[in-house]
Amino acid sequence: MDSSAGSARKSGILRRDILEFWYYFSENKAAVIGLVFLLGIIFMAIFAGFIAPHDPTIQYRDCLEQPPTWGAEKCNFLFGTDYAGRDMLSRIIYGTRLSLIAGGMVVILCLSIGIMFGVIAGYYRGWVDITIMRIMDTILSVPGLLMALVLVAILGPGLLNAMIAISITYLPYFVRLTRSSYIIENTKEYVIASKISGASKFRIMFITILPNCMAPLIVQATLSFSTAILDTAALGFLGMGAQPPTPEWGTLIAENRDLMLSAPWTVTFPGLAILLAVLAINLMGDGLRDAFDPKLKRS
Amino acid sequence: MSLLEIRNLCVDFETVSGSFRAVDGVDLDIRETDILSIVGESGSGKSVSMLAVMGLLPWTAKITADKMEFEGHNLLTISNKARRNIIGRDIAMIFQEPMSSLNPCFTVGFQIAETLKQHLHLDRKARRKRTIELLDLVGIPAPEERIRAFPHQLSGGMCQRIMIAMAIACYPKLLIADEPTTALDVTIQAQIIDLLVNLQNETGMALVLITHDMGVVAETAKRVIVMYAGQQVEQQEVEGLFNSPRHPYTNALLNALPERSLDLDRLPTIEGVVPGAGDRPDGCLFSPRCKFVQDDCRANIPPLKSTGVNALRCFHPVDPGNLGI
Amino acid sequence: MSAAIEGRNLKRYYPVKDRGIFAKSSILKALDGASFSLESGKTLAIVGESGCGKSTLARLATMIEKPTEGNIFISGIDPHANNGAEISRLRQDIQMIFQDPYGSLNPRKKIGTIIEEPIVINRKMPAAERRNLAESMLSKVGLRPEHYDRYPHMFSGGQRQRIAIARALVLKPKILIADEPVSALDISIQAQVLNILMDLQEEMNLALVFISHDLSVVRRIADQIMVMYLGKVVEQGDAKMIFDNPSHPYTQALLGATPAVDPKLRRERVKLTGELPSPLNPPTGCAFHTRCRFVQDKCSTTAPKLEMQFERQVACHFAEIAMKN
Repeated sequence: MDSSAGSARKSGILRRDILEFWYYFSENKAAVIGLVFLLGIIFMAIFAGFIAPHDPTIQYRDCLEQPPTWGAEKCNFLFGTDYAGRDMLSRIIYGTRLSLIAGGMVVILCLSIGIMFGVIAGYYRGWVDITIMRIMDTILSVPGLLMALVLVAILGPGLLNAMIAISITYLPYFVRLTRSSYIIENTKEYVIASKISGASKFRIMFITILPNCMAPLIVQATLSFSTAILDTAALGFLGMGAQPPTPEWGTLIAENRDLMLSAPWTVTFPGLAILLAVLAINLMGDGLRDAFDPKLKRS
Repeated sequence: MSLLEIRNLCVDFETVSGSFRAVDGVDLDIRETDILSIVGESGSGKSVSMLAVMGLLPWTAKITADKMEFEGHNLLTISNKARRNIIGRDIAMIFQEPMSSLNPCFTVGFQIAETLKQHLHLDRKARRKRTIELLDLVGIPAPEERIRAFPHQLSGGMCQRIMIAMAIACYPKLLIADEPTTALDVTIQAQIIDLLVNLQNETGMALVLITHDMGVVAETAKRVIVMYAGQQVEQQEVEGLFNSPRHPYTNALLNALPERSLDLDRLPTIEGVVPGAGDRPDGCLFSPRCKFVQDDCRANIPPLKSTGVNALRCFHPVDPGNLGI
Repeated sequence: MSAAIEGRNLKRYYPVKDRGIFAKSSILKALDGASFSLESGKTLAIVGESGCGKSTLARLATMIEKPTEGNIFISGIDPHANNGAEISRLRQDIQMIFQDPYGSLNPRKKIGTIIEEPIVINRKMPAAERRNLAESMLSKVGLRPEHYDRYPHMFSGGQRQRIAIARALVLKPKILIADEPVSALDISIQAQVLNILMDLQEEMNLALVFISHDLSVVRRIADQIMVMYLGKVVEQGDAKMIFDNPSHPYTQALLGATPAVDPKLRRERVKLTGELPSPLNPPTGCAFHTRCRFVQDKCSTTAPKLEMQFERQVACHFAEIAMKN
């Protein structure tokens, strides 16, 4: 058998794995809709500069609190304008960037730090494990948003600090998940085989065992992505996250809170954006979980 | 008269990559007081065929048969309610993993009593009396105390005894034991096999023993069915099967036993693997691995020919004089 | 010639803590004094039921754990002397294969990566050379080089066990520990894997420690045998002699409990009554006295020593009586 045939077979195998995954994922129609919507949001975030009809920070002084209009000659804003005459649609489109960055950062921080603590706790057990897990329990025992508020109060308001604060409140879930699946995998014989070959601690932890713990972590990461967007918006709304005039979704609602009755579109559209984004990601996360969970596989 | 009569039983599973035939044309007659053993390697369909009789297969399984009758009840068309009256009372089953077959949340006494309540409608006092009697019958010491034990407090052998007690609680006419000793230690295995055979002798129920252990078959069964890749390839009385196997697969399987080749340098093997869903041969399913294969084996599927209790699915049976070791 | 692997009075105790605040901790004597010596090219079989300490012995031999007492010598060197300075070098001399072919291969790694792991850890070798070596190992165990890029879940149990053998032997170790390597496999596959194991043992002059509960397999391949019960060695010596003429009542019971196809090989079944006692709370005196048919008063008070009797080591006060029966 020559090598080209070998690589052809290899790619065939990979394709079969992906096909199987897609088969289970696509059985869940809601998940596919969520995925498509999410891809749309990502597209908007990347190409915000081309899609958005206006600059999000330019104030059209003649068109303050303009209601949504379609095809008008003067002051034509699809989602209306806010108290300073800025185009809501453009601000929401630019806001997707911040939300995605916030969600992504939180997930990356949680995954990297959570995996590290979880694996260390699972490998060493004993007092190291107890110390790490009790700290995580302490974080869990304070309501998430309250914890984040306290942390932002200490670190100072701002989008970056909000992301750090949210990451810390999510950390325990990742640590627990990593630790529990690590402990299950640690009893398997392939780990003993590696130990007999003389594998180092680092190799056992991160190369041998960790890849087998990833499936539940990916699902948790997806679901945390959406809650992170929600919490970033909440912190923004409370004035502890992104600061005006940054077009962050939660901040947008906060800015226009006083106009809620006189110009409802200024809060409705950012609220809808948050709702739809979070819903789409959650639907997709559900689908991922079903596709990963072998117990639900009906083969 | 047959207790259980099956003709041409087939079970198909729907999977992602199309449908897969797990059981392919099994014929079975179980008479009262029979000890029948179904032997085969993993994936031969031996458990699936019995689970089909019990109605315990998942919904992805499609069961077809020309005939599947238990004491005149047609098991193919029977309502779920009527089936539940038969299963657990007239037909009972025990499984390979005794630890996971028992519910860890309830005492063993409660679990046995539940069967008695369901099927025999005994009152509380009678249930307790019968439970203790059953535990005593399956050889559990101090049954009055053990009745309050939880499964995790008992060893694997004890749990299997509890499972047997539960299975024989309602005086079944047929007991199906699916690899009952595979998970147990050798000395405990001997105890459980002895217990099953003794119970069979005393109660006169029919016993179906599903196993892959040829030694267990040789020491317990009266009649043996050999299965390969979902098909029944041979059926014989136990002495006949071990002395003069007719199907090349049975023959090769027996030759591969370590105890049969003590003076040989190498163990005789069966080359190749059992065909999977995708690579079924056209003719006889064993033909790619068979030593005696000829052209017609590759082209046509041999039918199952029965003569009396014996049955054989092969065009060129093994000559008892030439076992090809 | 010095022994490839030698154990002198190996003991391994584990502290066991009961749950709860006022729990008293007790000591589990998983292995309580085992000595053996095995030369290259020979096979030592360790036989016993669950909880007898055979897996603990494997953990000591592979240097994953340190003995509580006693010494292990690999190629004549004690790895735990000098603060374990020699451990990493000695690891290349000893490898292991496991019972469960599904758990012993990392499901996220390709076959090639799995086989190459011992090389990557222990030697510096260019990737192309590693690949060549791995592919040649694959063909040695009867698989094809193009299996290099596949994942474990695409293989059957028997094929996985071959992969595990390839991984264990890729560094050309001197000693191989095989923990129930064929008990999860079907008979025909079992014969294939045993043949490969025996061929490679001969080719590489391996010292093989074969842990098993299946006496028919042990009888086939062992030169020496060590029978264990609750952490203690009860009988040890030449395999053929012990199989033909077991002198410890437990060995007799084990042999009798093993079901045999051939009526000539069938021994009178020595009924072992009762369950295996808990290793946490072993009986006083001789650990086997609660189930022994030759039990006398002395057995429950004094533990018998492992002594040379009838050209083998036996731990029984009344081996003579047992031999006559």
